Amino acid sequence: MARAVSTNRKIGFTVAAWVVALLIFFPILYTIITSFKSETEAIAGFSLIPSGTLESYAEVQAQSNYFKFFLNSVIIAVGSTILALVVAVPAAWSMAFSPTKRTKDILMWMLSTKMMPAVAVLVPIYLIFRDTNLLDTRIGLTVMLMLINLPIVVWMLYTYFREIPGEILEAARMDGATLWGEIVYVLTPMAVPGIASTMLLNIILAWNEAFWTIRLTTTNAAPLTAFIASFSSPQGLFWAKLSAASTLAIAPILIMGWFSQRQLVRGLTFGAVK
Amino acid sequence: MATRQTTTLARFMMAPSVILLFIWMIVPLAMTLWFSFLNYNLLNPANVSFAGLFNYKFFYTDPAFFQSIWNTLVLVLGVLLITVIGGIALALLLDQPMFGQGIVRILVISPFFVMPPVAALVWKNMIMHPGYGVFADIAKFFGAQPVDWFAQYPLFSIIIIVAWQWLPFATLILLTALQSLDGEQKEAAEMDGAGFVSRFIYLTIPHISRAVTVVILIQTIFLLGVYAEILVTTNGGPGYASTNLPFLIYRTALLGYDVGGASAGGIIAVILANIVAFFLMRAVGKNLDK
Repeated sequence: MARAVSTNRKIGFTVAAWVVALLIFFPILYTIITSFKSETEAIAGFSLIPSGTLESYAEVQAQSNYFKFFLNSVIIAVGSTILALVVAVPAAWSMAFSPTKRTKDILMWMLSTKMMPAVAVLVPIYLIFRDTNLLDTRIGLTVMLMLINLPIVVWMLYTYFREIPGEILEAARMDGATLWGEIVYVLTPMAVPGIASTMLLNIILAWNEAFWTIRLTTTNAAPLTAFIASFSSPQGLFWAKLSAASTLAIAPILIMGWFSQRQLVRGLTFGAVK
Repeated sequence: MATRQTTTLARFMMAPSVILLFIWMIVPLAMTLWFSFLNYNLLNPANVSFAGLFNYKFFYTDPAFFQSIWNTLVLVLGVLLITVIGGIALALLLDQPMFGQGIVRILVISPFFVMPPVAALVWKNMIMHPGYGVFADIAKFFGAQPVDWFAQYPLFSIIIIVAWQWLPFATLILLTALQSLDGEQKEAAEMDGAGFVSRFIYLTIPHISRAVTVVILIQTIFLLGVYAEILVTTNGGPGYASTNLPFLIYRTALLGYDVGGASAGGIIAVILANIVAFFLMRAVGKNLDK
């Protein structure tokens, strides 16, 4: 008897959860569906069944060279992440394995730089970029996003590295491992998962950053965030084209995001919730 | 001697991060502070003079200033209210036994990965558009007059969009906290005859209170800076009805070319953010000691 009741409850929870989940996911789903409609179809009233045409995708590419913006997004997001890792890995490493009295203060200070509102430094950054000819360049934006996300990268790496037990190093040393051997054979394999998760989350954050990417670019270095924002003053029918551009812009990051749910919690709460 | 060597090496390894972040923090902020005391207009860059506190006074007496502060607060509090209450409810639901839990989870967290311009434009055009949006379709189906959301309720519409983006974040973090609740404790409470409500009040709430604090503080930091969602939907309007502080600063700086005024606004934004940051740092710092 008790089992039957609990199965009923489970079915009830299942129905409730699926309804809520589909409602939340609906705007994304509807965007994907609309991207496979023609423009006249898209405004012809509510319909969940598209004709399956790919003309919107073709038009977005033909009219605005969509691929250029996509490539800019990839270069800026991946480039800033790699740069940040190069700088952050040694820092997080030393803080995790040879902490001093000041390690905690340095970490807290790094976190505090993340609290600075972007608009507060919009004017000086804009002027610096203008005077050094960095406006609308990929390199300028890459460095910018690297600096913005550096505190999160250091923090995330630190929380991962801290979980590598120090005793394992002692054991390796007892077995006669050299410093090089320690790093290559013992530490690196244990650190790689943490570095990979950090990388994943940081690419997501950089890909979706929508203040500096919009304000510091015009055409040449504009990533997808800036391209999509340009749809806010549209000419003519554009529902299906907006949907196609949006679907392509969010698909890669959505899939990456699904794989990094856990890391997201950890990274965005600075290790406060695991 | 080995220790001194390691310390030197550790410093050397930390140096690039520390130096970069130090420059990134100090230089632009110092420039903003300096500009905030100047008469400096980008249209007339040759004519820069010292203004004292004039920019602050100007910003302070501008009627748009108080409206933008008010809008900032309404936006932050509105989104927090929706996401925290909705997040707790959703996390409790997702924590129950069900079929296809993994897929449900993926569907629920997805909006968080949608870039702000896409989220805002999809809501503006496909959901809330008074002619072709889904809401309008629903209204027409029931024979009601469709609502022109962004003209009639601009700030509320933006709150809805931003809340949609952040609800997954709150849910995911609260769910993670819920799942670390000891199952035995729950069972013991159940055996002692505690109902759902009393279990929720005496067991669940205390357990997730820290996660709730973290959600509120982190979201506040990001919500104080909402920008792209406003840019692509209402552009701050009608009038100043949906202009928040970041948007007002952007308008002053890049549309009004007023470097001094925008910088004064920037300093005010820094002060606001610092008040929140102070509490966040304490919450995170406590965790470091453990």
